[in-house]
Amino acid sequence: MTAGKQERLAPSPGPSLIGTAAASARRAGGQLRQWGPLVALILLYVGFGVADPSFATLKNVRTIADRSAIPLIVAVGMTFIVIQGSIDLSVEGVMAASSLIFAMSVLNNRTELDLGMIGIALGAVVGAIFGLANGLLVTRLRVPSFMVTLGVWSVSMGIAMLLSGGSPPLIHDQTMRSFGLGQTLGVPNLAIVALVCLGLGYVLQGYTRFGRYSFIIGGGEDLARLSGIPVDRYKLQVFVFSGFLSGLAGVLESARLGLGHVDIGLGQMFTAVTAVVIGGTSLSGGRGGVLHSAVGVLILAVLANGMIFVGVSPYLQKAVQGAIILSAILVATWHLRSRLRVVK
Amino acid sequence: MTEPVLRVENLSKGFPGLQALDGVSIEINSHEVVGLIGENGAGKSTLLKVLAGLYPADQGRILLRGRETSFRSVAAAADAGIGLVFQEQSLLPNVSVAENILLGYEGEAVRFGLYDWRSLYRLAAVQLDKLGSKIPPDAATQSLSFADRQIVEFAKVLAIEERTRHEPVILLDEPTSVLESEEVDRIIALIKRLRERASVVFVSHRLDEVLRVSDRVYVMTNGRCVAERDPRHCDVAELQQLMLGRELSIAYDNRSARPSAAPDNVRLRVRDLSQAGRYEGISFDLRGGEVLGLAGVQGSGRDALCRTLFGAESADSGQFLIDGAFVRFENPADAVEAGVGYVPAERRVEGIIGGLSVKENMTLAHLREVMRGPFIDPRREGNLAARWIDRLRIKTPSPKTPTGNLSGGNQQKVVLTKWLIAKDLKILVLDHPMRGLDVGAKAEIFTLIHDLARSGIGILLIADTLEELIALSDTIVVMRDGRISGRFQSSEPPTQLQILERMV
Repeated sequence: MTAGKQERLAPSPGPSLIGTAAASARRAGGQLRQWGPLVALILLYVGFGVADPSFATLKNVRTIADRSAIPLIVAVGMTFIVIQGSIDLSVEGVMAASSLIFAMSVLNNRTELDLGMIGIALGAVVGAIFGLANGLLVTRLRVPSFMVTLGVWSVSMGIAMLLSGGSPPLIHDQTMRSFGLGQTLGVPNLAIVALVCLGLGYVLQGYTRFGRYSFIIGGGEDLARLSGIPVDRYKLQVFVFSGFLSGLAGVLESARLGLGHVDIGLGQMFTAVTAVVIGGTSLSGGRGGVLHSAVGVLILAVLANGMIFVGVSPYLQKAVQGAIILSAILVATWHLRSRLRVVK
Repeated sequence: MTEPVLRVENLSKGFPGLQALDGVSIEINSHEVVGLIGENGAGKSTLLKVLAGLYPADQGRILLRGRETSFRSVAAAADAGIGLVFQEQSLLPNVSVAENILLGYEGEAVRFGLYDWRSLYRLAAVQLDKLGSKIPPDAATQSLSFADRQIVEFAKVLAIEERTRHEPVILLDEPTSVLESEEVDRIIALIKRLRERASVVFVSHRLDEVLRVSDRVYVMTNGRCVAERDPRHCDVAELQQLMLGRELSIAYDNRSARPSAAPDNVRLRVRDLSQAGRYEGISFDLRGGEVLGLAGVQGSGRDALCRTLFGAESADSGQFLIDGAFVRFENPADAVEAGVGYVPAERRVEGIIGGLSVKENMTLAHLREVMRGPFIDPRREGNLAARWIDRLRIKTPSPKTPTGNLSGGNQQKVVLTKWLIAKDLKILVLDHPMRGLDVGAKAEIFTLIHDLARSGIGILLIADTLEELIALSDTIVVMRDGRISGRFQSSEPPTQLQILERMV
């Protein structure tokens, strides 16, 4: 029965992005399936472009890049969390708290502070601290990340509300505003930051102990522990990493919108998890990567943007988006369906 | 005689309700393969786990190269040069071969947390070279065959050589128990290679293998080491006798005691059953009281056919009838409803739910038997379980004991009970029912299968060895490349060679 077992283990929705280019190319040959999400992205793009030529303009590419930036930053952190087999549901609360801290520490209408760049760091560090709380609760108290991060989401949201107190702080710091809205060499600044985060994620996942051990922990945590790997240390790190990126995302979105707001991250958690899964990172851990998630983010962004172009009623867009996401997941996991496969 | 590499003195280890090791003393010399045999529950696995740092010992001493040691973790044991290859393969399918081999000990390949893949592959290749293997270190582990993964396991355990200046001690816990025979030959060749660089402790249920590969054999029963033998002056029968403390000529010949199946009592009729790419044009009859053995190599369609009969897969064309009625299974629940039971090969994964009690495992497929209205009647459930525990002589402290705590043979009896409690069981599909069981448990399951057949059930069997298949079956159907390539009746029992000729 070993053959049967192998079959069940084998299907990999994503390439293991490891090793030399030659090595990955060799592996890629046998796994056409992993290119599915990318093909879907291209088809979507071409489809919308044919339906409305003004969709496929440089200006619109810029819009899509700008819209993708914040979700991508969050998705990079989420990817590592999911690869380890955990989940981080605190994203939106952490973004809100960071947003408020940032907005109230740079030049604004609520406080006397004008910390400038330190405000950015402060916002991101607040995110990392919430991540640390997530990580400590998961590793020390051994509570599943699902429950821990849900609790921390609520706590951080509450702190944000307390800070906001009904009148969202407006940001008057012009450097921040122009950075958040501006472009460099025609590329939106936020997209550049997101690409830097993506690059960082790529290096982390393929070339560092943190990244590789994330795959190992997701693939078999008990085995990792038996091999003397300090699993808890890497679990803690991944939550801090994800919290940091959520905090950064909250800061950047605030800079763009010009205010600190409790709803700054609304919808980001769902988008991030969806993008990670559509891209092909397995929710059971151990498989996937940040490039997959980037493709997932772009699919969602192209979809949302394209629907406006082809004139899907705004009232219907959410439902259409959901239906397309469901079919994408169906296609991506079609090969896995088998009567005896356990789905939870 | 030089100092032994590893000397175990008077080692004891108890678990609640069980003295797993009771004063065991053994010695392992340099470049020696020591065979360790004993029934399930004799303490072999526990001994290996204590030596590998998985459990602390209660009493006794472990001397490694003359120095007393005790390990607090597997990693600490590995640092000292003792490595364990687990019974079930323990590789991560989702990362590269190299990462598996060097797991946790990437050495110079990782500096300041950064991976140097080229030197990681080189270090892994060094380990694979020791076994003469050409598996590329950058291959995805999940893409390897079962046998190749076993080589990677061995390479991984050999990697501990790099952590100590001495030759390592390698503990192998039943590395061959789930392999087909040609793969076993490869593993045995590997063990012989291991001996050139290490001392090896080899645990197996296959006594002939132990005799082939070992320089010395220790026999364990009930947590004690009862005998030491030289394989050159010893045979399988003697080892069996030592293991059991009694003579055991397996009831391979009690067929005569069984009435032959009535020719008209066809319980399962399969006609022209086909599934694209798996099997084609399969037809046979299975009568009540008959044991029909299915022979075939992996990929012959044998396993897919069994899964179809249990509703886990669909056939593309053809039909099957149970007790004369056409049936169509959409899923295993339909099959259970129609009176088909299935004992899967992966006992621990698919056969039992380890965390549930003996009682719950027995009744879970047929809760109706213990229901009163919409509720489970605990008294009926308890009585039913007690009756079957008694009937099949299942060794368990109580019906409430988690099934995972039982020995393999007793777990298998629980799996069988799960189907036996159905009032209208018509067909039982046994997929490697003796896998991983020791001699004594095998004999018991063997008798049980005969008893079941006698009660009028039709039994479809896939066995681990041809010897078992021939001994158990009334009819043998051989499959090759998805088609039936031969049929034999027990009135003229075939030889293993005759079956093999039609398998390959």
